[in-house]
Amino acid sequence: MAAEARALDPAALAGHRDHPPRMGFFTDTSICIGCKACEVACKEWNAVPEDGLLLTGMSYDNTQGLGASTWRHVAFIEQPGADHDGLRWLMSSDVCKHCTEAACLDVCPTGALMRTEFGTVIVQDDVCNGCGYCVSACPFGVIDRRPSDGGAHKCTLCYDRLGAGLMPACAKACPTESIQFGPLDELRERAGQRVAELHDAGRSEARLYGEDPDDGVGGAGAFFLLLDQPEVYGLPPDPVVTTRELPRIWRHAGIAAASLALAAVAACVSGRR
Amino acid sequence: MAECHPVGFQWVMEAKARGATVIHIDPRFTRTSAVADRYVPIRAGADIAFLGGVINHVLNSETYFKEYVLAYTNASTILTEDYADTEDLDGVFSGLNREDRFYDFDTWRYQGGDVRPASGDRSDPDERPHVRGRVRQASRGEAHGSGGAAASAWPETDDTLQHPRCVFQVLKRHFARYTPEVVEQICGVSQEQFAEVCRLLTENSGRDRTTAFVYSLGWTQHTTGVQCIRTAAILQLLLGNIGRPGGGIMALRGHASIQGSTDIPTLFDLLPGYLPMPHAWGNEDLDTYVRAETVQKGFWANTRSYMVSLLKAWWGDAATAENDFCYDYLPRLTGSHSTYETVLAQLDGTCKGYFLYGQNPAVGSANARMQRLGMANLDWLVVRDMVMIESATWWKDGPEIQTGEQRTEEIGTEVFFLPAAAHTEKSGSFTNTQRMLQWHHEAVEPAGDARSDLWFTYHLGRRIREKLASSVDDVDRPVLDLTWEYPLRGSLDEPDAEAVLAEINGWDAEQHPLSAYTQLTDDGSTACGCWIYCGVHADGVNQAARRKPGQQQSWVAPEWGWAWPANRRVLYNRASADPDGKPWSERKALIWWDEEKGRWVGHDVPDFIADRPPFFRPSEGATGPAAISGVDPFIMQADGKGWLFAPAGLVDGPLPTHYEPQESPFPNLLYGQQHNPVRQLLRHPENRYQPSGDQPGADVFPYVTTTYRLTEHHTGGGMSRFLPYLAELQPAFFCEVSPQLATERGLEHLGWATVVTARSAIEARVLVTERIRPLEVQGRTLHQVGLPWHWGPNGYTTGDAFNELAHLALEPNVHIQEVKAMACDIRPGRRPRGPALRELVRRYQERAGITDETGTEV
Amino acid sequence: MKSRTGRRDGGKQMVPEAEFTSYYGRPVLKETVWEADIPSYLFLGGLAGASSALAAGAQLSGHPELARTAKVGAAGAISLSLAALVHDLGRPARFVNMLRVFKITSPMSVGTWLVSAYAPLAMGAAASTVGRKLPRAGLAASAGAAALGPAVAAYTSALLADTAVPAWHDARRELPYLFVGSAATAAGGLGLLAVRPEAAGPAVRLATLGAAAELSAEQLLDRRLGPEAEPYRTGRAGVLLRTGQLLAIAGTGAALLGRRSRAVSALAGATLLAGSAVTRFAVFEAGRASVRDPKYVVGPQRDRLDARGG
Ligand SMILES: Nc1nc2c(c(=O)[nH]1)N[C@H]1C(S)=C(S)[C@@H](COP(=O)(O)OP(=O)(O)OC[C@H]3O[C@@H](n4cnc5c(=O)[nH]c(N)nc54)[C@H](O)[C@@H]3O)O[C@H]1N2
Ligand SMILES: Nc1nc2c(c(=O)[nH]1)N[C@H]1C(S)=C(S)[C@@H](COP(=O)(O)OP(=O)(O)OC[C@H]3O[C@@H](n4cnc5c(=O)[nH]c(N)nc54)[C@H](O)[C@@H]3O)O[C@H]1N2
Ligand code: SF4
Ligand code: SF4
Ligand code: SF4
Ligand code: SF4
Ligand code: SF4
Ligand SMILES: [Mo]
Repeated sequence: MAAEARALDPAALAGHRDHPPRMGFFTDTSICIGCKACEVACKEWNAVPEDGLLLTGMSYDNTQGLGASTWRHVAFIEQPGADHDGLRWLMSSDVCKHCTEAACLDVCPTGALMRTEFGTVIVQDDVCNGCGYCVSACPFGVIDRRPSDGGAHKCTLCYDRLGAGLMPACAKACPTESIQFGPLDELRERAGQRVAELHDAGRSEARLYGEDPDDGVGGAGAFFLLLDQPEVYGLPPDPVVTTRELPRIWRHAGIAAASLALAAVAACVSGRR
Repeated sequence: MAECHPVGFQWVMEAKARGATVIHIDPRFTRTSAVADRYVPIRAGADIAFLGGVINHVLNSETYFKEYVLAYTNASTILTEDYADTEDLDGVFSGLNREDRFYDFDTWRYQGGDVRPASGDRSDPDERPHVRGRVRQASRGEAHGSGGAAASAWPETDDTLQHPRCVFQVLKRHFARYTPEVVEQICGVSQEQFAEVCRLLTENSGRDRTTAFVYSLGWTQHTTGVQCIRTAAILQLLLGNIGRPGGGIMALRGHASIQGSTDIPTLFDLLPGYLPMPHAWGNEDLDTYVRAETVQKGFWANTRSYMVSLLKAWWGDAATAENDFCYDYLPRLTGSHSTYETVLAQLDGTCKGYFLYGQNPAVGSANARMQRLGMANLDWLVVRDMVMIESATWWKDGPEIQTGEQRTEEIGTEVFFLPAAAHTEKSGSFTNTQRMLQWHHEAVEPAGDARSDLWFTYHLGRRIREKLASSVDDVDRPVLDLTWEYPLRGSLDEPDAEAVLAEINGWDAEQHPLSAYTQLTDDGSTACGCWIYCGVHADGVNQAARRKPGQQQSWVAPEWGWAWPANRRVLYNRASADPDGKPWSERKALIWWDEEKGRWVGHDVPDFIADRPPFFRPSEGATGPAAISGVDPFIMQADGKGWLFAPAGLVDGPLPTHYEPQESPFPNLLYGQQHNPVRQLLRHPENRYQPSGDQPGADVFPYVTTTYRLTEHHTGGGMSRFLPYLAELQPAFFCEVSPQLATERGLEHLGWATVVTARSAIEARVLVTERIRPLEVQGRTLHQVGLPWHWGPNGYTTGDAFNELAHLALEPNVHIQEVKAMACDIRPGRRPRGPALRELVRRYQERAGITDETGTEV
Repeated sequence: MKSRTGRRDGGKQMVPEAEFTSYYGRPVLKETVWEADIPSYLFLGGLAGASSALAAGAQLSGHPELARTAKVGAAGAISLSLAALVHDLGRPARFVNMLRVFKITSPMSVGTWLVSAYAPLAMGAAASTVGRKLPRAGLAASAGAAALGPAVAAYTSALLADTAVPAWHDARRELPYLFVGSAATAAGGLGLLAVRPEAAGPAVRLATLGAAAELSAEQLLDRRLGPEAEPYRTGRAGVLLRTGQLLAIAGTGAALLGRRSRAVSALAGATLLAGSAVTRFAVFEAGRASVRDPKYVVGPQRDRLDARGG
């Protein structure tokens, strides 16, 4: 399954013919200034509701994480580090990964989650019945159900804007081009160059996250340049799409079901004897 | 810069990507520090000492740009014998009048044959010291937003820079005590870090490289604010970084178009284009005004043309040569009438009415309590704002109502609230820090009763004029004679903003749009609402609305918006070429002299007389532009030079000096003089100051607090605290403290703390963070407390306003409040409620022995 | 800030690696939005499915009383189960949207179709026995329900296993057996509870087999996952799981020993039912716990990555 997905593009797999190139994000956290313009632009454009007024004490992050009402989330990490006499303040804007192998989409029982012609993953709000399966399936903890309307919500990669030839709102608002939007192939190339540049400049801690088509989700449509391990940013270090195991899971479930049938028979039959 | 100017910061990030080194100097580790190459923590209020140290280093190590300094600055100019420096007078300059707290600048002069009296004399003809003091206070310094002050044009010089009284030598002596050790002691910056900054700055300056300084309120909001920028200016001149691409000193400005509102000012002491507001003493008629404000050399020599054209724009046909072009219609200053003096005038009952157009002094202005007490003493108050800000509601739920000091029924002020349109609901221009005007178009008409400020002002004027139409009283003439016709558009009768721009641009006698300020005349045949903006509507085209993408034009991008003056992107860019008119280096070429064409050419619009060759030398006695020599890049300065020493224009000294803030836990290590001697103090029982340095009681306030902005909020909060999308990003007022201070004072992360000064006490949630570091200052550990000042009692996220704590001790040139460095105490827990709050403050005052006199010594 | 870097406790039950990092100790994954409805659904679905199988067996082997009870029980359980499922939806009115598509990649889709096919059969079967009408159709329905019942009981294991929730996904091998075991225990329990001991022989045996399967699956799970089975051992889930095990053992014991006493046998049945339910809640809680603490997500992934040298 993994191998096929790698070779093929997800939009085509989903039945889109003559589709545009797969679009995505390369978020270069090394130039993020934590301005949160992306968060606000996303909410403005998509009319996502406010998400609570909690002072968290997590540095300047009072958003806490992605969720049904937060589709871009800027993480702030104050850590002892090599820079500035031992203090480093990492900032990173997180978003739905628009996985090549998207668990949320796989498990959605209503078909509300769908693959667009751009290779992105969106929820059709008018279809979603709020079963919540996608929430537990996403290996990145992205999608969530919104209590106020019972539906699941997440980044759409601004499907409506893409359709109109516009850039997603968050990328448009990002002043430093930390969020780069474009055809995934180009982004991967650019990201490779950027990492090489940083390595040349002695910043060996720079690494890409989610760009590898061989990773556990077949490569993310939104990938990142990080300056520390993914878990530091609240990202899973080695996520694997759950449905890769599904054939085996079904097999065991089948055997178990058969065993139950057998057991029932055995229980009845053996008693007669 | 990343915090408050994130959009502009993209260019810093771009520069960084191209190899620039970014250094951030700030008491707090901010979002800017996070992406900077070097971060230097500094004690708040110590920047002059730091920059002075760099100057000293540059002079000692002879790393200054010698040709540039010699040719383009006043380094070689010789000063008169009367001048005495802080070196001689233990921290003050000659001319200090201690009685009336002002400087006479007669002694800060160039030595020179037939020197005309320095400008100070000319604008302060009155001999009575208290009158001169008041004139001084009326900010003559601010009149130089677009150029220099008067000074003699033909001073004596010594090109060897050896003369003991030449500026260069004076400078050397003045800054000699700013050693790395002193920097360490005063600023809390280690000598290694300081040396590193010196090295980076000097290595990156010279023919091939330039360094830019970017500052904002961290330098300005001090009783020494203007002098702090001066220190940077001296350094940049020494390093040859002015007038050159990639150089300069960039003031990051505030509200959208705050630059525009100094160009076409909302300031009491200026007329458009930095023409000084006439003073009641000394500017009796147009001639005396012009004589006083005009310099001999350079473009300020044409002051009369600018002024007459302005008067023609305002009073049109009514302005004639016979009536001095209605010069008498202009109001006159009698002293400083800054926003803070206005509060005092409210408290003493002289000021009875108040318009607040987009300002929220009840939380945003220093000593917010006094602001409210002042407003409570008015007859009427008009607030035009988009939301119900604290300045509109203090009478029913303000802090004084909470403490029981005031009762709503007893407040006599009649408060009017008029909803204002937002910038998206109106057309107009923004002028940014680059002096660039960019036009914005109305996207939607304002909803409901909301109207633009232009609408309000225009229709208010129209109605007043209708009411006065039959008046024969002379006092109404200035209003009735105004040119007040603008085309109205749309269903709301919105005046056409572009018509206003056209008037600002100006026209000639045939009503043809002007294209350059050099066309302005003093005979009344031209009208121009703001001379420096002349050309923004050249050819009847709104040049500010140009939006040609950067990729489609040169790197200077002259067709994006329009920059004053004359669409120049780099001021004084003659300095980008050497004295012979050749670029200092290919890499840094901007404009140069083209021998064949006989003109200055290049990437930018030359900021020089286009056909004046480098070798041109004016004849003795020439005046105005004709007196500018081929090597005088600073064409607005009276001597055409960049001023290392400022012989005029500043009320608190010709050279910057480190003084301690009004309230400081430290004595001034450098001089016996603790404070800026001419800082502006506003004495009032509600504005008591704390003891400083070694004074008894100073230890009651052992910490330094500074205030700042968060990216997520805007100023007084009217535009952010009321918006859920922004409020949720920073949902509570907090203070930032180091882990060490938290331990020392028992403060808990996310708990509450109360911060106290002699004015009030406020509470904030605690963020303990390594981003705030204790500093070693004068042999002891100093803790600083960071406080963002956006909160107030109204809105979606609420909290105490920092400005309850702030005093009114002002910078004497521009009257800015000192809210960037203040001594305070901090304790765990919430502040008292009700009358107990005032009681706590009283007890603190008592403990520190504070009286009305405390902190007011010269 | 305080809990920026958590450290894994060195206790012997804990994951051995020295350190793991997280973002302020916050969960990496989203906690399930499912509430008590879902473990109830798992339990009831299991009860129904296994009961249908038992009913068919009982009918064929001449235990009509047991068969009737099991059919009625299955119908009742599946009705409640469906109610729970619908109730748990964020938008219950849109339950039918589940039937827009059939997706083999979604156990919930597969399950919904299964249940949709199964529920009418189970109800038909029950209606026919209770009303003693349409015996032929009743027979067909019973046969159909019996055929689908085990699948209904088993698919819920895939439902949980096919998530990113570590405790569920990691248990994917054992969970199906654990669930059918639990279903069998429940079905047996119901038989014991409702039917005279004399007539409940198959129920006792099914319960015994079920309990044995359940307990062995739990053992296997614990052994195979090793330290990563911690969420099943500790906290609420641990308590529930142990309670479930005790109830299963006690219930089976009582069922085997108390064959002659109606009261003991009924009590045994109730205990088994309770045991099955508690076990479902235990598994559900283990999943929640494994998401709440980021170490269960980060730790194994980090180890995997480090082992790969990445
Ligand atoms: N997001 C946002 N942007 C804004 C605004 C806003 O409210 N919010 N306001 C706008 C306005 S009106 C203005 S004027 C500008 C202001 O822009 P800035 O001047 O950048 O704003 P501040 O945050 O007030 O102060 C800047 C920095 O000065 C530091 N500082 C304090 N004291 C000292 C000191 O003594 N020395 C040094 N070196 N640094 C010190 C503070 O820690 C702070 O990081 O921003 C504009 N942009
Ligand atoms: N402690 C401390 N105090 C400070 C500072 C500091 O750094 N520290 N900084 C100072 C600085 S630099 C500044 S600029 C001031 C800012 O303080 P204020 O000048 O009081 O400015 P704001 O709070 O921004 O208030 C502007 C109001 O204008 C409204 N508004 C917006 N657009 C329009 C419009 O088009 N028309 C009208 N009529 N209203 C509009 C907004 O809703 C808002 O309420 O605060 C100063 N005070
Ligand atoms: S990150 Fe999660 S929500 Fe986004 S596509 Fe992947 S599985 Fe779906
Ligand atoms: S909650 Fe909505 S989007 Fe998510 S799996 Fe269920 S139906 Fe699909
Ligand atoms: S792409 Fe659109 S929906 Fe997704 S985070 Fe950006 S702005 Fe929000
Ligand atoms: S807009 Fe760009 S720079 Fe700002 S927080 Fe988002 S990603 Fe970072
Ligand atoms: S708010 Fe406006 S002026 Fe300020 S940084 Fe953003 S875009 Fe620029
Ligand atoms: Mo400002």
